[in-house]
Amino acid sequence: MGQITLRNVKKSFGEVDVIPSLDLTIENGEFVVFVGPSGCGKSTLLRLIAGLEDASGGSIEIDGVDATSLPPTKRGLAMVFQSYALYPHMSVRKNIAFPLKMAGMSAADAASKVEAAAKVLNLGDYLDRRPGQLSGGQRQRVAIGRAIVREPAAFLFDEPLSNLDAALRVSMRQEISELHQTLKTTMVYVTHDQVEAMTMADKIVVLHAGRIEQVGSPLDLYRSPVNTFVAGFIGSPKMNFIEGAEAEKHNAAMLGVRPEHIDIVEDGPWQGTIGLSEHLGSDTFLKVLVDGIGTLNVRGTGEVGLHTGDKVSLAPQPGKLHRFGKDGKALS
Amino acid sequence: MATLNSRRAARLMISPAVLLLLAWMVVPLAMTIYFSMLRYNLLMPGMESWAGFDNYRWFLTDPAFFAAIGNTMKLVLGVLFITTVGGVLLALLLDQPFWGQGIVRVLVIAPFFVMPTVSALVWKNMFLNPVNGLFAHAAKALGLQPYDFLSHAPLASIIGIVAWQWLPFATLILLTALQSLDREQMDAAEMDGASPLQRFGYITLPHLGRSITVVILIQTIFLLSVFAEILVTTNGGPGTASTNLTYLVYAQSLLSFDVGMGSAGGVVAVILANIVAIFLMRMIGKNLER
Amino acid sequence: MSRNVSTTRRSVVTIAAWGIGFLIFFPILWTILTSFKTEGEAIASPPSFLFFDWTLDSYREVNSRSDYPRHFWNSVVISFGSTFLGLLIAIPAAWAMAFVPGKRTKDVLMWMLSTKMMPSVGVLIPMYLMFRDFGLLDTRTGLVIVLTLINLPIIVWMLYTYFREIPGEILEAARMDGASLRSELIYVLTPMAVPGIASTLLLNVILSWNEAFWTLNLTAANAAPLTAFIASYSSPEGLFYAKLSAASTMAIAPILILGWFSQKQLVRGLTFGAVK
Ligand SMILES: Nc1ncnc2c1ncn2[C@@H]1O[C@H](COP(=O)(O)OP(=O)(O)OP(=O)(O)O)[C@@H](O)[C@H]1O
Ligand SMILES: [Mg+2]
Repeated sequence: MGQITLRNVKKSFGEVDVIPSLDLTIENGEFVVFVGPSGCGKSTLLRLIAGLEDASGGSIEIDGVDATSLPPTKRGLAMVFQSYALYPHMSVRKNIAFPLKMAGMSAADAASKVEAAAKVLNLGDYLDRRPGQLSGGQRQRVAIGRAIVREPAAFLFDEPLSNLDAALRVSMRQEISELHQTLKTTMVYVTHDQVEAMTMADKIVVLHAGRIEQVGSPLDLYRSPVNTFVAGFIGSPKMNFIEGAEAEKHNAAMLGVRPEHIDIVEDGPWQGTIGLSEHLGSDTFLKVLVDGIGTLNVRGTGEVGLHTGDKVSLAPQPGKLHRFGKDGKALS
Repeated sequence: MATLNSRRAARLMISPAVLLLLAWMVVPLAMTIYFSMLRYNLLMPGMESWAGFDNYRWFLTDPAFFAAIGNTMKLVLGVLFITTVGGVLLALLLDQPFWGQGIVRVLVIAPFFVMPTVSALVWKNMFLNPVNGLFAHAAKALGLQPYDFLSHAPLASIIGIVAWQWLPFATLILLTALQSLDREQMDAAEMDGASPLQRFGYITLPHLGRSITVVILIQTIFLLSVFAEILVTTNGGPGTASTNLTYLVYAQSLLSFDVGMGSAGGVVAVILANIVAIFLMRMIGKNLER
Repeated sequence: MSRNVSTTRRSVVTIAAWGIGFLIFFPILWTILTSFKTEGEAIASPPSFLFFDWTLDSYREVNSRSDYPRHFWNSVVISFGSTFLGLLIAIPAAWAMAFVPGKRTKDVLMWMLSTKMMPSVGVLIPMYLMFRDFGLLDTRTGLVIVLTLINLPIIVWMLYTYFREIPGEILEAARMDGASLRSELIYVLTPMAVPGIASTLLLNVILSWNEAFWTLNLTAANAAPLTAFIASYSSPEGLFYAKLSAASTMAIAPILILGWFSQKQLVRGLTFGAVK
């Protein structure tokens, strides 16, 4: 089990309203990712769910039980911290067994559970080391191991991969996804890396200044962002925004078009000059100064034989133009 | 970090310490204030009578009181001055590379471990004694007249003894602070053309600021109540030449058995100490902010 | 990395440092040396530094005159007892201050320290009378209580500065792992803070060992620790230098040895978090 419902949840630190009011339901077994810019309240929200902070208002239900004023110990959730928060004075084995010991499990039962978790996480060889003698990825796995042995109702992750290098991040990301497929337990995952969000999530929650901007599957958000904030936040490289006369032609205050949805054609509506071209091999990124519009980022597939100063003609792909009103909301 | 639960727990966890210290502060103090209003002499039990503020009047107009205040200040400031200045210089020296750093450090720290009664006795008899003391021997060897330190310069002698005990403390704190100084900062200053003296003034000394504050705070706490050194060496004399406030109150109450007067003196001492405390806490509070 | 220091400069510094170190240590050294002399040699003029007849006579005499083992044991019980009791009260308090700081945490800490500035002499009489009435005069229990109280602020402060260096996330992790507050303190915080707790313990044992106001004023014979033992050599025996030296050496040796062995932790503790 692991359904989490937030109703009208508020949080303020003194004068500052970090989360004005928020409603959200996380279904059992879902992999939910919170994304948003730094300082938007992702960690705060996660800590509210964990019980490490009190909500200033509203209620939090876990599996239908009101948990708003339960201490973290009683909520049956497990958390993996950005700094891993391993107990430095305990061996890996003791670290993983700690929650079991706290739950009063017999040493023999705990040992077999630790062995099982270590097997899943490939930690077998390190069980007698101290956290200080492990690499970043191994520490991360210990932290996850400590979380899974408890068989919690849900896992909470707060930017668990941000201290790892790029290559390790990719492999750990896959490991966590696989873990989710095996365990089928609810996972709530905070990140500001949108690649992590897109690849791992069943459901993404985009936060901005403590408010939910949009909730949906990764492709939902990609295809139909409800406002300019989500449109600009999801997708890499960022969506191009066009204002002025060109937007008015389409009856909108603002137009949005993703770099990958602009084609280089013989005779398109937009004419421009290439300002900067980045050739990555698999892709080519072009900055094009378009007459009457401004700079557009364009993504070409493969090796495109164009260079700075070349004149090009561009056309947006049909149906891939996003129209936004004056308030930034998407127009249907 | 802070939920209602954890705040409630925190209050519970801190309360034994707070309540004990509160009791420790309030109960005896209240009794002292009460006694200070009585005519109460241990030699005349059962003769207690209400005295109002008489004890305070006597205590505060006693010339010994002013002498004691002056001596207390001289003692505290004198020792603070010697130990901080000496400590900084010594720390600068010990921070240089040299052979046998570990051993020298052990030698320097040693006086801090010596109990006040011992150091007072040893200094009094084996060094300062005008007949058999080592200094007397040295003076005679040089053809000089031995100097009777404890009779002619009692307070200075006590300041010397106490400073010897506290110099290691200051030195070690300051040395540790020096060693935590970022070398790159020094190198940068040198590249910027700062002379060694300027580097000391603009980088080293400000870096030591926090540690000097701690040295002053901790030492003041202990120096205000120097007692054993005086009791053992001079008994406050000759006259009141080396009587500090602590010793004066002790002498009033336990040597003259005048509980009323002694208590009045105690209350005065507490008030004065609180003034110093407020002043110091201000300074420390500012300096320890992060 | 560091530049080469010329040998000349290193030699000069070495001589200066050793010279000053020797001067500072000299009174202790001289006391130890004198304790092995006869009374005659102890006051001989000129005094001999190393070339005298080494003898243990003074130690024998001090031992026959006073009950050193009892005073020693009193010192041990009083200093360790008060320190352990203090730690027991201070660890939860420091936990609260470091990990659940409120607006008034700093003020509480400063207030605690300020109680330490209250001159003991101000409350000597009531304490004496209360001790008399509760039958605590000249008992180790009484001294343990008083020394716990006077050292409590320092213990709290030191622990607070150590605890603040421990990331709060680890304690939160323990809470998420189902640890009660008690388990959090016993299994996570305390073991992680062992170095800090050790130096706090050491410093306070030393301070209590050397405390010489309450130990002198509230004890007579039974509970008298080494501070009182040595005070009894004040006069006129003070003029018997060899015996005085032997007694002094015996009084300071235990703590001197403890201090030397634990120098590293102690120095760390002494800085009261002022040095990072
Ligand atoms: N204990 C606190 N006291 C006061 N303000 C706080 C506290 N904790 C967080 N905040 C504020 O709340 C806001 C949200 O913080 P939060 O840590 O949730 O951001 P975040 O989305 O996790 O950011 P990041 O991606 O940088 O981790 C920030 O503006 C922060 O300054
Ligand atoms: Mg965060």
